[in-house]
Amino acid sequence: MKATFKIWRGQGKTGEFQEFATEISEGMVVLDAVLHIQGEQASDLALRWNCKAGKCGSCSAEINGKPRLMCMTRCSDIDLSQPVTVEPMKTFPHIKDLVTDVSWNYEAKKRVKPFKPRPPDNPDGTWTVMQEDIDRGQEFRKCIECFLCQNVCHVLREHEKFDGFIGPRMMVHTAYLEMHPLDTENRTSELKDAHGIGFCNITKCCTTVCPEDIHITDNAIIPLKERVADFHYDPLKRLFRLFSK
Amino acid sequence: MSELRTHEYDVLIIGAGGAGLRAAIEASAAGVTVGVVCKSLLGKAHTVMAEGGVAAAIGNVDERDNWRVHFADTMRGGQYLNNPRMAELHAKEAPECVNELEQWGALFDRTKEGKILQRNFGGHRYPRLAHVGDRTGLEMIRTLQDHGIHQGIDFHMECTVVRLLKDGDRVCGAFGYFRERGQFVVFRAKAVVIATGGIGKAYSITSNSWEYTGDGQALALNAGADLIDMEFVQFHPTGMIWPPSVRGLLVTEGVRGEGGILTNSEGRRFMFDDIPENYRTQTAKDPDEGWRYVTGDRNANRPPELLTRDHVARCIVREVKEGRGSPHGGVYLDIAWIKEKIPNAAEHIKKKLPGMYHQFKELADIDITEQPMEIGPTTHYVMGGIRVDADSQMSTVPGLFAAGEAAAGLHGANRLGGNSLSDLLVFGRRAGRYAAEFARSAKPATEKLDEQIKAASEFTLAPFNRPDGENPFAIQRHLQAMMQDLVGIVRQEDEMRKALGLLEELNHRHAGVHVDGNRDFNPGWHTAMDLYNQLAVSEVIARSALTRKESRGGHFRLDFPEKDDAQSKVNTVVRRKPDGSLSVTQEPLVPTTDEQRAIIEEMK
Repeated sequence: MKATFKIWRGQGKTGEFQEFATEISEGMVVLDAVLHIQGEQASDLALRWNCKAGKCGSCSAEINGKPRLMCMTRCSDIDLSQPVTVEPMKTFPHIKDLVTDVSWNYEAKKRVKPFKPRPPDNPDGTWTVMQEDIDRGQEFRKCIECFLCQNVCHVLREHEKFDGFIGPRMMVHTAYLEMHPLDTENRTSELKDAHGIGFCNITKCCTTVCPEDIHITDNAIIPLKERVADFHYDPLKRLFRLFSK
Repeated sequence: MSELRTHEYDVLIIGAGGAGLRAAIEASAAGVTVGVVCKSLLGKAHTVMAEGGVAAAIGNVDERDNWRVHFADTMRGGQYLNNPRMAELHAKEAPECVNELEQWGALFDRTKEGKILQRNFGGHRYPRLAHVGDRTGLEMIRTLQDHGIHQGIDFHMECTVVRLLKDGDRVCGAFGYFRERGQFVVFRAKAVVIATGGIGKAYSITSNSWEYTGDGQALALNAGADLIDMEFVQFHPTGMIWPPSVRGLLVTEGVRGEGGILTNSEGRRFMFDDIPENYRTQTAKDPDEGWRYVTGDRNANRPPELLTRDHVARCIVREVKEGRGSPHGGVYLDIAWIKEKIPNAAEHIKKKLPGMYHQFKELADIDITEQPMEIGPTTHYVMGGIRVDADSQMSTVPGLFAAGEAAAGLHGANRLGGNSLSDLLVFGRRAGRYAAEFARSAKPATEKLDEQIKAASEFTLAPFNRPDGENPFAIQRHLQAMMQDLVGIVRQEDEMRKALGLLEELNHRHAGVHVDGNRDFNPGWHTAMDLYNQLAVSEVIARSALTRKESRGGHFRLDFPEKDDAQSKVNTVVRRKPDGSLSVTQEPLVPTTDEQRAIIEEMK
């Protein structure tokens, strides 16, 4: 069957939807349709993609207004009787067509203090770590850096707090480091101040769009908020630390 | 030339998958300046797709494992065309490299004692693959990326290298363009490491993404380096085949490592029907022994599904050809059957193979805990590539290094699963170390590069300057279909001759290719540029395959179906001649030492 796709075309601040009709066959995902259009009707149509299997997080877009990976959105799951709109992520500066400038995310990650392990447990330089101690960390490591969570977070999308907030993706990254059984670093001060964890008011938009089903709010952000509260606001613990120094 | 950007580094690394990142970290640690360029964003390279694990003889699950067994397994898997020194270094250094990843924050699955867990994989005698479920590659690339960004390395993302620059005989930099705005860039460098991965996109059915167009192999070839073993392309036995849009997508060997079996339309486990002589003593006699092996019985031999990839792929092709295939032209891979053997099988499968569960559920409406998967071979990896020195990873061109899939030697005629992730680490590290050493003692380039830069700019802009011409995507599709058809899993002389004729035609068409639009993020233009490399490596593959008149590993000739003794002693070497044509010769292998031979004999 034929379906119509309205794809955002343009550069920087200017642009408009352009309509393309293309043939849809069994099993096709939106990325297939967009690549067919690129191959046959618009060779300069800009988009990012790599693995086509939901593993690299390159093809993030807004499909009929919903932030999704194009490669994991089956055409059979959307209403093809109407034109399907495909737009770039709105939170990041637009470059061209479906491509946005996501470099801020890479800069934000550099601001998170790196992993700092305790000395090895064993003479051969290895550590002894139990599976149950890394189950939670492994959940965070499923992240494919598609930045859809950053895209829907209203602290970034509406309030544009790019300077004072690192966004849900980097909260997940921080949570992985903080809950890593070997890590010895403390990141609570930056979380409270420069990384702006207080801005998150746990509306869970990030969790809803995560293609890896990471429980971003419940398992990463809320426990980090608790750590910040424990470390900086619990008077008993502060006193205890003062005297144990 | 006002729009030309320039950067200067001691070491320039092209490619930011596992090998490129590992090389960058090592070079940077040696105290030299390092720049990395990659065609995609950081962390998106194909390493991310690696699923099953990283092979290293740590011996956590079976203490009988050690580097000597790993070395012998790798040589046997590669049908003894491997560079034995590389296979030795790889087996010896892989455990240390895995440990390094843990130092940098990687979270591998654990044994009950809290050590790194290892799993079974094809061609490995003992459980050897350190892993994280079925997303080991993601864990590896993220670990290297997150460590690398704090080491003072410059990353240039979405940048394509078009030409290497030379100062006399040696390499002194690279010319390329930034994809975002089409701006040209010159990297001046004392040493260059190629870590650009493979060539999979030369075929229509492949597990590789758009990036894998043989850039590094072609850049090196054009800069005067030797390519070897390029006839050895690995067709992974288990790719998805239905629906059509996911055809070629990888299904991890881990499915078979966890007990998955291959059956034909008659329900027969056909892998038991054809067990190669050199694996007979290591293969299970019956399904029961196979099951005991995958569940950890140390006295059992592995099931035939875990024979090497070249063999399994050919058995699948045979079943389909002889009319015992599945409805969409493959065979069945069944992991759901283990529910006969263990309680909570569905939960166990989801825990061990979460990515596969998700992939089939989302893309094919198949619940792998209930139903078998339909699978068939997919172009996955090239064993051949840039000829390098085993210790330093330097190519035959001074200052030009290569690591990972782009380099050749470790895998011989067939790569064992899990040996590529360890390859990236071991030889990425070596390439970084020796490139830094080379850079430190290298004198600055003396030659003025203006001429080379001018020529490269004109070459790069040519597709815009033709009034009309063909769409690059159309030429690419024809190339892929042609290679799939004529230089695929089963090869013969007349078909490959035909392929060479068609390649000439495609080259001619490509010389007139035209792209629309401007230089800003223009995939048509990018594809036109990548096509130069794809056409070049396709010709190298076809010519190498024609030259090897025998069947071995990933190279199967219908007209020469047996192994040939004389050709068991040579590599196929391809060079660019001054007139631009290719020379193909057969040259003696790197010899094995007495000690290496003794190990191979002992493990037979």
